[in-house]
Amino acid sequence: MTRPTPESLAHRATPATVAAAVNTAPVSTAPVATTGAGALVRSLEALGVEVVFGIPGGTILPAYDPLFDSTVRHILVRHEQGAGHAATGYAQATGKVGVCMATSGPGATNLVTAIADAYMDSVPIVAITGQVSRAAIGTDAFQEADIQGITLPITKHNFLVQTPEELPRIMAEAFHLAATGRPGPVLVDIPKDVQQAQTTFAWPPTLDLPGYRPTLHPHGKQIREAARLIAAAKRPVLYVGGGVLKAGATDGLRKLAELTGMPVVTTLMALGAFPDSHPQHLGMPGMHGTVPAVYALQKADLLVTLGARFDDRVTGQLDSFAPDAKIVHADIDPAEIGKNRHADVPIVGDARHVIDELIAAVSATSGGVEQYPAWWTTLNDLRERYPLGYEEPTDGTLAPQYVIERIGELVGPDAIYCAGVGQHQMWASQFIKYEKPGTWLNSGGAGTMGYAVPAAMGAKVGRPDTQVWAIDGDGCFQMTNQELATCALEGIPVKIAVINNGNLGMVRQWQTLFYDGRYSNTELGTHKHRIPDFVKLAEALGCIGLRCESKDDVDKVIKQAMEINDAPVVIDFTVGKDAMVWPMVAAGTSNDEIMFARDVRPTFEEDDL
Amino acid sequence: MTTKHTLSVLVENKPGVLARVSGLFSRRSFNIDSLAVGETENPDVSRITIVVDAESSPLEQVTKQLNKLVNVLKIVELDPAQSVQRELLLVKVRADRAQRGQVLETVELFRARVIDVAPDTLTIEATGNPDKLDALLRDLEPYGIKEMVQSGLVAIGRGSRSITTGPALRAA
Repeated sequence: MTRPTPESLAHRATPATVAAAVNTAPVSTAPVATTGAGALVRSLEALGVEVVFGIPGGTILPAYDPLFDSTVRHILVRHEQGAGHAATGYAQATGKVGVCMATSGPGATNLVTAIADAYMDSVPIVAITGQVSRAAIGTDAFQEADIQGITLPITKHNFLVQTPEELPRIMAEAFHLAATGRPGPVLVDIPKDVQQAQTTFAWPPTLDLPGYRPTLHPHGKQIREAARLIAAAKRPVLYVGGGVLKAGATDGLRKLAELTGMPVVTTLMALGAFPDSHPQHLGMPGMHGTVPAVYALQKADLLVTLGARFDDRVTGQLDSFAPDAKIVHADIDPAEIGKNRHADVPIVGDARHVIDELIAAVSATSGGVEQYPAWWTTLNDLRERYPLGYEEPTDGTLAPQYVIERIGELVGPDAIYCAGVGQHQMWASQFIKYEKPGTWLNSGGAGTMGYAVPAAMGAKVGRPDTQVWAIDGDGCFQMTNQELATCALEGIPVKIAVINNGNLGMVRQWQTLFYDGRYSNTELGTHKHRIPDFVKLAEALGCIGLRCESKDDVDKVIKQAMEINDAPVVIDFTVGKDAMVWPMVAAGTSNDEIMFARDVRPTFEEDDL
Repeated sequence: MTTKHTLSVLVENKPGVLARVSGLFSRRSFNIDSLAVGETENPDVSRITIVVDAESSPLEQVTKQLNKLVNVLKIVELDPAQSVQRELLLVKVRADRAQRGQVLETVELFRARVIDVAPDTLTIEATGNPDKLDALLRDLEPYGIKEMVQSGLVAIGRGSRSITTGPALRAA
């Protein structure tokens, strides 16, 4: 039996995943003598890798020697977590596989958070780690950690390389696994003596993954059943998740939405998959979703779920979620279907194929004439009565939402926005308008504080001609801002807007609402003591530091930052600490309990339905 | 209805695969009753027999999550009525001269075997389905069980069909 090669597999995959799996045209080389390290670097070159984020150390040193002469750019980060998130940001911004590299032991364990983050958000990255020499494995050697064991639950797959001969094949397999099917992180652990040993390198290798067969094409019968349900529904909703972005299916999504007239909600991972300005877009569902989006899911009689996974932050209390809805659930990962919510029509397949076939089936079934007028009357009424908004702080402080809204308006929909985790992330999801795929990067599943700065760095490296703005919090920023030194030295001019409210804002919000305002350990001192002083910190890290404390200065400072293109810019937006994220469905409660603002429950005209 | 299910999981015979499978069970809060692993007729393929305690819908999650493991080649649920299921039991029973005859009678009855004799104990080997071994143990209990060890369950389908052939498995 002929085993597949990267090229033959590339032909079978969708164009988007081809670009991801093999970044440039595959090369073919006759066998040459080299070391394991040489084979590793040549494999990276053959796979079309442009850039690796990493830090050298004892057991990965052999790999850094041939890397020194390689066409692959290496960016020396300041902490391995930064390398991991940078690889993630690069992958999310470009659709290609991001690569990070670290030494054994602490170098490898420092990658763990970033790998877990990429796993939760299904981001294709390959992490390469040095390992102690084969003879020393298991002896508690210096800087030894069982990184394969540690990352078993947070990688799509991982490898411990046993011989230099298998390196090209394992690297090709790692990239193939990371980029195809449901994407995800793959770790390759390489003992030092394997890197040093002599071997021959030839390309392309033959992949040997007999147990890996992602289903790309949906079953026709299920598609027809879904089309039938769409035609019969009175209150359908297109519930769109990150899988639609990963499949490059946004054009198809728009066609399907317009063909049927169904309302669309996009999850936190899917912002940009459907234009925010589109009249059929109800916004984001979930804990901090819009009232119309949350209501639409609750009252729907049909959810057409595409590349989304019924996450608890979307469903709220699961048994009261969308109680009357039949579920069409399409995902490339069969294990997601029926995991949290029973699917009436399960569809396994790549979102692009699913959507294309749904379009054809809907056109054949009904000609796509459903426009659901009664449903839209209800939803439009809710949209009018419960728009996203915020109140100006009464204490004269700067409203964080205003700052973020102005950044979105002045910088525009072509830029990439990258958020940390917390209140600023939710406001960035609400008050910036996303019109295009790949313009919103965040840590959705893992909720990793500190994601923004290194991810923005990776995104900017991948798309140097695009403006990249990190919207960060003062808490998040203090976790990973060391990578600004990397940005300054490597010529990566990102913009960092620190929404500085002096507190761990989201935690403080929960303390306000659920712990009687007992603010245990959420005050950071960035207001009271100005420690650290973010402007001085930015300057110390080789960046331009700006500060904005009043509403009148917001536009001016944003424009000033936009004009600086030769250095990273940090803006310390000093904002009020009492602003809260609304609407909100409190954790563990039903979506029916959504609060529009503190003590304000929306009223729904139940009789309309 | 029983919530016990017997899964035959064919995996690539590579280092660490058992850890991937058992780790998956603990981290997804699936309960394993028994697990046995060994090579198949194809040395590149190992077969893990897992008895899972699950309601029907979590069982679907178990198999789907197992299928996502890159080293897993194929999963088949074996229906107890359509398969032969066996465990191995080794048990050391107190049996002095006075009791020995009765113990040997029990051994005969269950078609078990004595594999070691000492002045005050007999060591017995028995194979069978879990119900038979439970019954044997119940009968031996009054004499005093000094030590016992049990294998995980292994199972194979009845009839001429084989689960280790087919497109899911690599042509070795």
